[in-house]
Amino acid sequence: MTAPVSAAQEAAKVLNLGARRSRARRRHRLNILVLRVLVAVVGLGSWELGTRTGFIDPFFFGQPSGIAHQLWVWVTDETSLGPLWLQVLVTFEETVGGFAVGSILGVIFGILLGGNKLLAEVFSIYIKAANAIPRVVLGALFAISLGLDIRAKIATASVLVFFVVFFNAFQGVREVDRNLIANARILGADDRRLTTEVIIPSALSWILASLHISFGLALVGAVVGELFGATAGVGELIYYSEANFNTNGVFAGMVLLAAMALLAEALITSLENRLVRWRPPALGSEIQI
Amino acid sequence: MKARSASRNLLFMVPAIRLSGVTKRFLTPSGGVYTALRDLDMAVEQGEFCSVVGPTGCGKSTTLALISGLERPSQGEVLVSGKPVTGVMDGIGYVFQTDAVFPWKTVLDNVAAGPRYHGISNREAHERARDWIARVGLAGFEDRFPYQLSGGMRKRVALAQSLINGPRILLMDEPFSALDVQTRNLMENELLALWSASPTTVVFVTHDLEEAISLSDRVFVITAGPGTVKSDYKVDLPRPRNVAEIRFQAGFTAIYQEIWNDLRDEVLVSYERQKRSGAA
Ligand SMILES: Nc1ncnc2c1ncn2[C@@H]1O[C@H](COP(=O)(O)OP(=O)(O)O)[C@@H](O)[C@H]1O
Ligand SMILES: [Mg+2]
Repeated sequence: MTAPVSAAQEAAKVLNLGARRSRARRRHRLNILVLRVLVAVVGLGSWELGTRTGFIDPFFFGQPSGIAHQLWVWVTDETSLGPLWLQVLVTFEETVGGFAVGSILGVIFGILLGGNKLLAEVFSIYIKAANAIPRVVLGALFAISLGLDIRAKIATASVLVFFVVFFNAFQGVREVDRNLIANARILGADDRRLTTEVIIPSALSWILASLHISFGLALVGAVVGELFGATAGVGELIYYSEANFNTNGVFAGMVLLAAMALLAEALITSLENRLVRWRPPALGSEIQI
Repeated sequence: MKARSASRNLLFMVPAIRLSGVTKRFLTPSGGVYTALRDLDMAVEQGEFCSVVGPTGCGKSTTLALISGLERPSQGEVLVSGKPVTGVMDGIGYVFQTDAVFPWKTVLDNVAAGPRYHGISNREAHERARDWIARVGLAGFEDRFPYQLSGGMRKRVALAQSLINGPRILLMDEPFSALDVQTRNLMENELLALWSASPTTVVFVTHDLEEAISLSDRVFVITAGPGTVKSDYKVDLPRPRNVAEIRFQAGFTAIYQEIWNDLRDEVLVSYERQKRSGAA
């Protein structure tokens, strides 16, 4: 029940509290940023110092300044495989393609099997078996059957993504609150409505959680796919550097992959926040990793 | 039962709900069979407000699930308006014991769910939902999500969600047991007002005998599990009632005593059992 008399005062108090809280949060965020930079400076600084003083051999372990220089050359001039943006674009396309195909199939099969006992019982053994084999080796198979173009990489990446998303979607469907299903049926929902209005929204938290891991896996799939044969891509750039004993090139490629993963992570987080607005903000949601 | 002669009244002779010889068994996780209800007979008249009381675990929720069609009896027959229940049917509202509003829908969309499932356009469903939200006292909260509401407000959402479909039968499973006394009395009075303005039959499950008597025309006492109807009592207190004051009315104590005598034994049986199984 609300007391309308005090509503305005209450609102003012809440606003005040909100302003104070957001100021505190901003200060907190600044502190974190400073500490993060400090960690980077100390880490990279001692690495650089180690190589300069001869404790670490830059030929085997690289050198931060060398990595930065390599990146600078790639950006301003070009890589040994052509312009840098093209390599990034190729790997990005493969990753996003694999991510999309894998997660869409994972969601579809997860919901299908999660909601159908017979299908689940028949297919569970095959899925477990397929999950047990080291799936990256499928990259070799795809390279033979699909050739050296983007399809082989998408296939490799999507296989990695599929299982993670599938198991999460499956579990999500299994965990749907029986009460909510009962309520929807009482209110007149048919099977289709039950799926779209109860089962999918309820499984969505699980599915979205799996997407965080999946993008990283899609990146692994794309890079591994490039290992089995490619003419362009960040992964190919790394192999090329490796073949030429260019340690800094390998590290520079890794920096690019990390940047892509972080960017995707930010996009997925914002998508998640948009889609699950109905969830109470979790305690400690700020210390997510 | 009073004799009714006019043929017109034949329609009224068909009870809104009838359970005859109903037994319900469940498989327990350990593979055994648990009998929740045994040989339960119960009839509720059209438009009647009746309560079901009994000790915890005696099968009250199970009884409602059987009437709603969510569960099927292992033996016996469940009839609604004279027709056997074969599954979930239209015209039944159900306020569940545990929270069952959809957490991903706003208050407005939660209340509009029923009409939308019945193929009514989004706009009209929302219009009707707004009306019901106001009627249960939640105007201004249309855009909130359930996690942003108090327990009492969520119960109001659940109530509006059920009532918007205009059910002929409203099943309520301990809907107010988690609320504080003031909120509870308020909502009980509102429920009575809504009920008296419609031809709805209500089956109200509670473990609170005072609440049962205050609201009902009739109170069923269920035995400690396996549940069966031990006795039923007519409550002839005048209407309209104010549940906050009715217990001071002449006649309330007498009927309370009478039913409590019956109920007490069952509560004791159930309590002894729990103590023993807890010690084992
Ligand atoms: N789905 C089920 N499976 C197994 N046992 C159940 C199930 N539902 C209810 N029961 C058992 O049946 C008995 C009656 O339950 P219930 O109707 O919820 O009691 P009440 O609502 O009166 O507290 C309880 O002992 C409960 O454990
Ligand atoms: Mg119960």
